[in-house]
Amino acid sequence: MKSVLALFLKDVSSEMRTRYALNALVMFVVTSIAITLFAIAAETSSSLVLAGVLWILIFFSSMSGLSRTFVSEEERGTTLLLQLLAIPSVIFRGKLLFNILLMMFLNLITVLLYLLLVEDFIVKNFGIFSLTIFLGTLCLATSSTILAAIVAKANTKGTLYPVLSFPILLPLLVSVISLTKLAVEGAEWTKTIQDFQVLISYLAIALTASLLLFDFIWKE
Amino acid sequence: MTKKYLLGLVLTIIFIVSLSIPMVPFPQHWYEFPIIPGLEEKARNIFFHVPMAWVSVIAFITSLVYAIQFLRKKNSLDDIKSASAAEIGLVFCFLATVTGAIWAKFNWGMFWNWDPRQTSIFILLLIYGAYFALRSAIDIEEKRATLSAVYAIIAGLTVPFFIFVMPRITTGLHPGSGGDPNGNGPLFQSKGMASNMRVLFYLSSIGFCLLYFWMWNLRVRIQKIALTQEEKSFHE
Repeated sequence: MKSVLALFLKDVSSEMRTRYALNALVMFVVTSIAITLFAIAAETSSSLVLAGVLWILIFFSSMSGLSRTFVSEEERGTTLLLQLLAIPSVIFRGKLLFNILLMMFLNLITVLLYLLLVEDFIVKNFGIFSLTIFLGTLCLATSSTILAAIVAKANTKGTLYPVLSFPILLPLLVSVISLTKLAVEGAEWTKTIQDFQVLISYLAIALTASLLLFDFIWKE
Repeated sequence: MTKKYLLGLVLTIIFIVSLSIPMVPFPQHWYEFPIIPGLEEKARNIFFHVPMAWVSVIAFITSLVYAIQFLRKKNSLDDIKSASAAEIGLVFCFLATVTGAIWAKFNWGMFWNWDPRQTSIFILLLIYGAYFALRSAIDIEEKRATLSAVYAIIAGLTVPFFIFVMPRITTGLHPGSGGDPNGNGPLFQSKGMASNMRVLFYLSSIGFCLLYFWMWNLRVRIQKIALTQEEKSFHE
């Protein structure tokens, strides 16, 4: 656990030094929300459509940001050093922790800006909404981290990442979008049980599979 | 040698029989099929569409099994087998999508309406499309084999959800989805299917499975020869 934390802190401090990913990602979020606002303009759109648009924003911002952790190690040529210093599962957990933190921060900004700027998007049940964002971010970060590790070894890193991730993330996206719609409609908690079950089991499967398979990717 | 001609003969007979056998409201003879209400003559597609979908599932399972096998033993033959199975599975998956879309046009009114079944088969196509995109993005053979095996396993974990779970619990137009009056199981198990129809259906499924294994075997053999040739030219 100590070494996981050390790896996590190393990633945080190297990110803080350059703020490369952070600046670019915040700008990405701001730009995409601005484009959404231009596209909506003076139209009144239903909250249900806007719930879907929110997850499109979150999906693409995570797709542009989450592959950084592994790609930067490959680019700077520090992969071999890490392979010598730590066992694979430690590296995976450290990177996962970093990605979760990054995604939480980013999604917080996205959601806050979205709630403030998109006037037609009114959430009636904030409890369901915040739990959905929290669990959705957790699931998104988990399954994206293992895919980022695969993509970092391939030639065309940028374009391949969303292509590989989309089919894997789809069960997750389907249930978070339906949950967000329920939150917008102000549904009861009892209606959300099925979708939350899907999210939690998805998280469990993604985490188990990642921990089992990461060894093979990392040693390549 | 004769085996493939035999398979060709069997499949031709199945094709001709399933297209030409008369469909009547009250069958009197063994060579007449009953009409399934709501499907009528269109029911003949069941002898093609369903076996194709099954074969693609079998192919994807084979691909998954050999992917796991490759990670365990690092034998490049397993990678060839896994990738070839995925290739043929993708072809059959595409055929099932097309036959399904044509069926949907004449039964439901449009080629594509995002029925849960259509959504799930679309995702299957995406998954294996992504699989081959990943394979073509990596040059080194062993690296390609390992990474694509890992991706096949991760994708394989979500596949059962799309094939077996989602279309059965959500309501849709496809037979066997939730809310279907005939119960949420496959059509061929429902009461509407007569026993002689069922025999032809199983024959057709077996025929398509054999076709798949023959194609897969050919593909693996071709790849193997290519591999040995490459090694030979490397040594010279």
